[in-house]
Amino acid sequence: MKKIFETQAVRKLVFLALTFVIIQLLISTNIIDAYLQNTLAAICINIILAVSLNLITGFTGQFSLGHAGFMSIGAYTCAIITLRMPTMLGFFLGVFAGAVLAALIGFVVGLPTLRLRGDYLAIATLGMAEIIRIVFINLKITNGAAGLQGIPRFVNWTWLFIFTVGTVLLISNFLKSSHGRACIAIREDEIAADAMGINTTKYKVTAFVIGAFCAGIAGALYASYFYFLKPNIFDFLKSVNVLVIVVLGGLGSISGSIFAAILLEIISTFLQSLSELRMVMYALLLIIIMIFRPQGLMGSKEVTLSVFNKLGGNFRSGMSKLEQRLKSKKGRV
Amino acid sequence: MLEIKNIDVHYGVIHVLKGISFTVNDGEIVTLIGANGAGKTTTLRTISGLKKPTSGTILLDGEDITQVSPRERVKRGISHAPEGRRIFPDMTVLENLELGAYLRKDKEEIAKDLKKVYERFPILYDRKKQLAGTLSGGEQQMLAIGRALMSRPRILFLDEPSMGLAPFLVQEIFNIIKDINTTGTTILLVEQNASMALQIAHRAYVLETGSIVLSGTGAELMQSDEIKKAYLGG
Repeated sequence: MKKIFETQAVRKLVFLALTFVIIQLLISTNIIDAYLQNTLAAICINIILAVSLNLITGFTGQFSLGHAGFMSIGAYTCAIITLRMPTMLGFFLGVFAGAVLAALIGFVVGLPTLRLRGDYLAIATLGMAEIIRIVFINLKITNGAAGLQGIPRFVNWTWLFIFTVGTVLLISNFLKSSHGRACIAIREDEIAADAMGINTTKYKVTAFVIGAFCAGIAGALYASYFYFLKPNIFDFLKSVNVLVIVVLGGLGSISGSIFAAILLEIISTFLQSLSELRMVMYALLLIIIMIFRPQGLMGSKEVTLSVFNKLGGNFRSGMSKLEQRLKSKKGRV
Repeated sequence: MLEIKNIDVHYGVIHVLKGISFTVNDGEIVTLIGANGAGKTTTLRTISGLKKPTSGTILLDGEDITQVSPRERVKRGISHAPEGRRIFPDMTVLENLELGAYLRKDKEEIAKDLKKVYERFPILYDRKKQLAGTLSGGEQQMLAIGRALMSRPRILFLDEPSMGLAPFLVQEIFNIIKDINTTGTTILLVEQNASMALQIAHRAYVLETGSIVLSGTGAELMQSDEIKKAYLGG
């Protein structure tokens, strides 16, 4: 058992390292040009947002529409700090402060609102995100509706990769722990979870706070990569977009969220050339996917690296069959 | 072991339990019977801490647990198999059972109890990797009881275990309940199926719109004319 775990961990590491190096090579050879790099950054940020919202909505079953609010807190905090302290240290401080502040707001908002269920919670979190947006429009330090410009860029592919992998690992490890089990039990049946002795309020708030923390990180990365912020970026539609990724990928599937984030960003990049028709096509695609896969691309299943194993196995067995056939043919001739 | 004193419960303005009192002694099967809306489920939910009473006290082994969290009550030996089974449908049978032992840390003892549950319900062993939502009604009820047993309770609350089951399954479930009791677990049983409940119960209380109107041993109540007329169809 231990050996399997070890080889799996090694395989995971190799897979991640390969992904990183290949994309890094593609960037340095300019095959992924500046324009595609924006897509790449958007993919990473969306992965963080979707995976963290999936923790709240897909795994713990709490319907939240406030993710853009948490993201904007991270974004503005990081922007304000790096504008005054344009060093690498300032950037880290900004990411950290943004994430912690978002988590703190998540805690303050979550404690009373998580008593609500389903659509009521959705409306409450939606209201919260709107309040945050309006506060940012009216604050001086955020430069109001005009927004902040010239935020120093510290984020490159390396940092995007590290933060994305980090948050995905944080959340998937949390879900594998007994705390994660408790969260899933709450989604499955809150009353039964209560009866089992699970502290349901505690776990709902914990999931909400971790989700907000990660959304704060995503926001900070956004601010530092796209060096321009205004409150309207983080409107209702942004929250809905994240929710679309989560539902499309499958509620309760981390790998689903990752696939969907990549897929949707690539689709919308390719649709860019269609200008007005773009949103129509995008919506149409979503409708088609939801009709044929109502449970999302992945349902609640996960893809692990053992899939590659199986593929490899099939390939190998296929090859050896082919070899045998060739040999027997030769024999006949 | 369990003593309920003058419990009042309100849902909003509706007065559901009107000062009910009763006791459950160590090793007994006690049943609460009564019509729909009499307050049976509310009584169980109040004792397991899922619903707060407006007044009254609940004593477990002489200690006041009225203000104690549901979690703490599970730790002290109360286990509740709620109405309508309420298993975790998208989890496997094994995961459901493991969650029943959520508050326990003694891994070896948990493994022993898991084995006992599988011995009692062999079908759950056969289906341990299956999603609980795909089980039949009877199997789900067995899972709900098995899950409740995984916290190694001293007193087990069963809320309408016969609900929606075929008659031969009802008989089986009641045999199992009796058997759980003989192995040392006290049972508080809520049932609409009064005749079955009275057959296995040591003592029984009859609830009517939030008050206890009758009590006695199971055999006594079986013979009572009022009960026969109202609940046993005689």
